[in-house]
Amino acid sequence: MTVFALIIINKAGGLIYNRTFHEGGLNKLSTNDYLVLAGTFHGVHAITTRLNPVKIERPSTAASSGPGGAPILTRPDPPSGLEVLESENFRLQCFTTLTGTKFLLFTDTTQANISVIMGRVYEMYSDYVMKNPFYQLEMPIRCDMFDRKLSSHIREINNK
Amino acid sequence: MAHMGTAGKPGGKESGGGLRYPTNGKTIYHRPLNRSRTSELSQASFAYLFSEMVAYAQKRVTGIQDLEKRLNVQGHPIGLKLLDLLLIREPARTQTRPLNIIALLHFIKGNVWQHLFGRQANEVQRSSNAETPDEYMIIDNEPVVNAYISVPREMSQLNCAAFVAGIVEGVCDGAAFPARVTAHTVGGKEDGEMWPGKTVFLVKFQPEVLEREALLGKG
Repeated sequence: MTVFALIIINKAGGLIYNRTFHEGGLNKLSTNDYLVLAGTFHGVHAITTRLNPVKIERPSTAASSGPGGAPILTRPDPPSGLEVLESENFRLQCFTTLTGTKFLLFTDTTQANISVIMGRVYEMYSDYVMKNPFYQLEMPIRCDMFDRKLSSHIREINNK
Repeated sequence: MAHMGTAGKPGGKESGGGLRYPTNGKTIYHRPLNRSRTSELSQASFAYLFSEMVAYAQKRVTGIQDLEKRLNVQGHPIGLKLLDLLLIREPARTQTRPLNIIALLHFIKGNVWQHLFGRQANEVQRSSNAETPDEYMIIDNEPVVNAYISVPREMSQLNCAAFVAGIVEGVCDGAAFPARVTAHTVGGKEDGEMWPGKTVFLVKFQPEVLEREALLGKG
């Protein structure tokens, strides 16, 4: 079980973070190709989001009525779009935050608990990137602390 | 005017005017505002607040020195007030302010750090250089304020714990030990990669402080 790489895409479709954890798992691409990959994935994700219709929940009178008897209006879950892409040798898991930032995790096909790893990566992003006064939103991530914590966490998983 | 007159009456009847103290002698200054068991605050909300403070200090500065000075100035009044607050919470016997350098530095290492960060500072040292006997060092292996901060490479001399240095400076000034306090990153050099954020707070006392200390030592 190996985690190969992590890519973070900002809400405009730009590549803001690209990191390989395991040599030999995936072939190296040129920087330009990674930018194209990020942009293309962003576009495909946007289209698949439109493909998936939003479920309209009927307000059931028993469960969702407020204290005054008025029905509580609930916002339906936003359509999720493309989440997993699997090939013979790797699996690409996508996680979209509520603000539209995308985390793409490349793992081998047998990797378990990807959502747990993803949750931890998101947690580290919100700690060491979003709480850093020197980080400018939507710009490439250059935070030593984030790099350090991320590599030690992924190394732990890969050495299990 | 009428209601002011009536408001003054009860106080005058009981104690002849002036402030009234609770019978057990504990005023509101003796207890923390936050009543929970550990009286801790959320580190995340502090991190966001501090991040904005650094961003605010960064506006219209000319250089890193200037930025550190601004952070220092933000911390200074906190230190001044903290000295009074922490002393009044001490038991009545030890309520006097520290009277020599060692007592002052131990007060900072122990009480001030415990109150601010929930633990003591790691070390207090005197400068080993014989030419600078006025310099003392307070060492923190992982400053809480820097927990989530990565300083960009082009600003590598900056240490945002300059804010804490300002607090320490305020405490020293308030206790009548005027000093200049600066924060320096030393991690990743002498101790390997063990404490990458290790910070030294260099306390440089004014000459008159050492002069007084020497006179007191003789007497």
